[in-house]
Amino acid sequence: MAQEELSPDGTAVALRDGWDGVVADWSADKQAFSVPWGKAMMWIFLLSDTFIFSCFLTGYMTVRMSTTEPWPIPSEVFALNLFGQDIPLILIAIMTFILISSSGTMAMAVNFGYARERKKVAILMVITALFGASFVGMQVFEWSKLIEEGVRPWSNPMGAAQFGSSFFMITGFHGLHVSVGVIYLLTVAFKVNRGDYEERGYEIVEITGLYWHFVDLVWVFIFALFYLW
Amino acid sequence: MSTETGQVHPISLYLKIWGLLFILSACSYAVDYFDFQGYLRWFLIITFMWLKAGLIVSIFMHMAWERMALIYAILLPPMFLMVLVGMMAIEGGYTTLTRILFFGPGSAPIVH
Repeated sequence: MAQEELSPDGTAVALRDGWDGVVADWSADKQAFSVPWGKAMMWIFLLSDTFIFSCFLTGYMTVRMSTTEPWPIPSEVFALNLFGQDIPLILIAIMTFILISSSGTMAMAVNFGYARERKKVAILMVITALFGASFVGMQVFEWSKLIEEGVRPWSNPMGAAQFGSSFFMITGFHGLHVSVGVIYLLTVAFKVNRGDYEERGYEIVEITGLYWHFVDLVWVFIFALFYLW
Repeated sequence: MSTETGQVHPISLYLKIWGLLFILSACSYAVDYFDFQGYLRWFLIITFMWLKAGLIVSIFMHMAWERMALIYAILLPPMFLMVLVGMMAIEGGYTTLTRILFFGPGSAPIVH
């Protein structure tokens, strides 16, 4: 009954059964990906998150295709009156540039982390978090503007009712990710600054960076498929 | 290159990608600003979107330097989402068709 496994030195070792076996198997020294486990786990989390956002965007595609009401024109809905004229989509464009800039500062923070310049890492991560916070601030402004104009998840004065539900669901979930990311960044920046990673190494900065770049990546798709389409 | 301690690349590379992403974003915004319509609009939006996504994943997220085992484990599963998108596109088209047929102008009145 008892199965056997070859140990690294070539001798056969009996595998344990029952719960002992479950614990032994999951905690055994086996490795598929030659990266730190935290990084592999972050990638797998991001993969699952990809599926969540894809479900939202696919759902949005389906309701937009199937409605017979005219879809509100995002270019007009998200126009902002600046200097006496309506500029289409300007706030969304600024938000896009802010998020890209935050990705740039984050990439540099990762670099300084491996160079073990922890003050620079902390400063760059705080700058990244500030970019993220300003992004969320603009999103709050955008939401309040649309709510004031009568956009609701179940109806809106511009056209197809599905516009509101798609908009609040997709941008809301993305905004939640940015907000969580800001907290995550500030926490890690604080610990970096305190010198917590001097011995363990600065992989955590790269892992945090993966999450942050993913938030930027999702925005690329939302920007193209929701705002520009 | 990829080492056991982590991904180390020159800052200048990140700055170049940063600049490229800015240009690509400006291009996608220009598509809307100059109000391109029809297939040209779709083509440009989708092209810029995939270029930006590719740059972020491969350079900023270091996928270009990872081992193939990790690349395939992460990038292959999302490809199957295209099946979902395809099925839902068919479903969406069908729903529109039935809505026009039964609720659109000229549709037969429902008699009880």
